[in-house]
Amino acid sequence: MNIQFREQTDSVAPLTVKTAIADCDIHPARATRTELYPYLAKRWQHHLEVYGVHAYQGMMEGPPYPKAQPNASRRDAYPPEGGPQGSSLSFMQKQLLDPNNVQLGVLNPLNTGQGIRNHELSAALCSAINDWQIDKWTSKDKRLKASIVVGNEDGLSAAAEIRERAGDRNFVQVLLLSRNVEPLGQRRYWPIYQAAEEAGLPVGVHAFGFGGNPITPSGWPSYYIEEMVGHSQCQQSALASLVLEGVFERFPKLKMVMIEAGFGWAPSLAWRLDKVWQRLRSEVPHVKRPPSEYIREQVWWTTQPMEDPERREDLFDVIKWIGWDRLLFATDYPHWDYDEPSRVLPAGVSEANREAFYLGNAKKLYGIA
Amino acid sequence: MARHVIAPVDELPPGTRKFLEIDGRPIAVFNIKGEYFGLLNRCPHQGAALCEGPLIGLAQSSDPGEIEYTKLGEIIRCPWHGWEFDIRTGQSYCDPRRFRVKAYPAHVEPGASVVKGPYVAETVTVKVESDYVVVEL
Repeated sequence: MNIQFREQTDSVAPLTVKTAIADCDIHPARATRTELYPYLAKRWQHHLEVYGVHAYQGMMEGPPYPKAQPNASRRDAYPPEGGPQGSSLSFMQKQLLDPNNVQLGVLNPLNTGQGIRNHELSAALCSAINDWQIDKWTSKDKRLKASIVVGNEDGLSAAAEIRERAGDRNFVQVLLLSRNVEPLGQRRYWPIYQAAEEAGLPVGVHAFGFGGNPITPSGWPSYYIEEMVGHSQCQQSALASLVLEGVFERFPKLKMVMIEAGFGWAPSLAWRLDKVWQRLRSEVPHVKRPPSEYIREQVWWTTQPMEDPERREDLFDVIKWIGWDRLLFATDYPHWDYDEPSRVLPAGVSEANREAFYLGNAKKLYGIA
Repeated sequence: MARHVIAPVDELPPGTRKFLEIDGRPIAVFNIKGEYFGLLNRCPHQGAALCEGPLIGLAQSSDPGEIEYTKLGEIIRCPWHGWEFDIRTGQSYCDPRRFRVKAYPAHVEPGASVVKGPYVAETVTVKVESDYVVVEL
């Protein structure tokens, strides 16, 4: 294929005085295959070399659907020094943080130790990723904050990792993925919520992951576009499970962040949950209040990929239900479906709501002064 | 409409593209099999540097299961969100009504006419005996 890139040295916008923003979904990548080895015991280094990793997804290496662009990333995001998109701090500063005046950037590493069948390896890789986030990213740029990556399928070791990192201000949330072995409300995951609540950290649920189940509720689809749309379905299942298993009731201070699965579906899911709960409440007596109440009190939403209806009023209606105080702006840098901060929000939003949308909500949720 | 000399033809062989700024506007000029096309290097969707994407073909379907792949090397795909535009016209295929990218005519002129004509030499020193790629805007 004929692909040509412009030299990138001066291709980013100059730093101008722009309104400060938070970017609540940034994906840092490893520059090399062995970049985590300094944070891994020799035992696990050897294990990786000999056996590799086995996800809850049979017979496959990597994601089941190719991702529209190399590494699912912007084609202009290759660092000049080489390596995959998102692997260079200096280039991230130059391409994302500086020109957009990002005051807070929340790191959500993917392709970590999450969703790996060997739970000891999973825990070791997650811990290594967390050390690596401090060493390579948050200690080098104070705007960046990390998410605690945990071996999600083993609630106990995940909780131990959270407690280990609790109080370390390099970290501002716990990271889970939407596709797991079981719906996220189930009890195997409760130790994660308990530890997060104790630590005062929100739990982010990012789209993707390997759960071993088909990526749509009705099986494996033919096209990547169906996977993209399926993220919202998956997130809805996760959220319904969290409500109906009683997670929000049991952990009333728990804060959940729905990351990269849209938010336009939130009102209709909540309305439907409320309606069936009125009829079937006795099946789940531990759900003591209408489901929508838990959702509105304990759930936040990152914006990317931002809904884009033809009539901006439709978008505003949805946001009004969710609350202007619940949205967290995100770009998803360096991924290909990146949202450009200056382009995502239509005109007609008050100054106070814009400030909350772009920065204030995130600073408050993540406890950034 | 001003015409700008942007390169000797030898410097823009088939399959290559050149990025430049003319009157504050980012422009990309392509040589596709000896034909030249100019496009505004800014995606009308969210503003990415559009022309840094790959040149692909146009996949169309008259019926499910029937796929026709034409215009090979004539469709530019945005490096961010993959929106596709025809480099001959700047037309998008997903939403041609609302999203077009500005296309600028580009062609080759002999040196003699470039030196005489109403041209602005943008980046090159013009020699009479050569041919030059000229873009209009």
